[in-house]
Amino acid sequence: MSNVKKFVFVNRKAPYGTIYALEALEVVLITAAFDQDVSLVFMDDGVYQLKRGQQTQAIENKNFSPVYRALEGYDVEKLYVEREALAARALTEDDLLVPVTVLSSAELGALIDSQDVVLSF
Amino acid sequence: MGTIEVNGKSYETDEEGYLVDLADWSEEVANHIAAVENVDMSDQHWEVVNFLREYYDEYQIAPAVRVLTKAIGKKLGPDKGNSQYLYELFPYGPAKQACKIAGLPKPTGCV
Amino acid sequence: MLHIINKSPLERSALDSCLRTAGGGAILLIEDAVYAATRGHAAAARIEEALARFAVYALTPDLAARGVADRLIDGVTPVDYGGFVELVAEHPASHSWL
Repeated sequence: MSNVKKFVFVNRKAPYGTIYALEALEVVLITAAFDQDVSLVFMDDGVYQLKRGQQTQAIENKNFSPVYRALEGYDVEKLYVEREALAARALTEDDLLVPVTVLSSAELGALIDSQDVVLSF
Repeated sequence: MGTIEVNGKSYETDEEGYLVDLADWSEEVANHIAAVENVDMSDQHWEVVNFLREYYDEYQIAPAVRVLTKAIGKKLGPDKGNSQYLYELFPYGPAKQACKIAGLPKPTGCV
Repeated sequence: MLHIINKSPLERSALDSCLRTAGGGAILLIEDAVYAATRGHAAAARIEEALARFAVYALTPDLAARGVADRLIDGVTPVDYGGFVELVAEHPASHSWL
């Protein structure tokens, strides 16, 4: 198909303090439904979206972290996480609830540069 | 907003007939919604509805048709994991109609 | 890539994150981000450093509105709304940082 574009979604916000993370997921699912080439980048506080063990009952928010595990079924399999962002937050790949590719800041920048459409959340 | 009445109890729905509260769901409620949708629930229908509820329990979203079809194929085999089979069961769309009967929200990315 | 930044660098990390990840291209500072390109600002040194890798622009209506149009760092190019549109048009993709 010629009308496939490379979309990257840049996630930079922690999950429950603002609506951005959830909104980004909705747009990702819609973009995937249109058979586009979708990549997700998690940097800054966005890496917290993928933290294992989220329990949201007491804050009366929907725990949407399981949705990241559904992405594979939507053929969204390119998830990139910034190494520096993990390190600054004392997180490692083992703390994350889905398999990801860990990249340096510079590698992440080059990846974003190679996309047709960049959407920041 | 609307309501449906089942066995003397009323349940809140949105304007398209989807249950507002997932916890309101029961087999009786499902049968009622199915009747409104003109779907005669067979074992095959229940298999898909139960599959959707399990999917939602696991991933917290209602899957898009393509994703549902693929996931059903994986679990129940290619005879059932194809859109012809699913549309025969749920003529107005397996994701839309079956999700409604399963008490789930309308699927995200439903196109 | 055209990077569009609209948040004050003293309040949000968008400018730092952009400079940390992107290798080059163009940066357009708008709204509260224009403060970063003013002489003596805590972020000014980072903007000056960035000029080696990026073409940096600042939106004049936003500079003027904030009373800092006369403090623009040398090397940062002021642009008006028409210039904003041209920048978007001449780059294959834009990244509006949040």
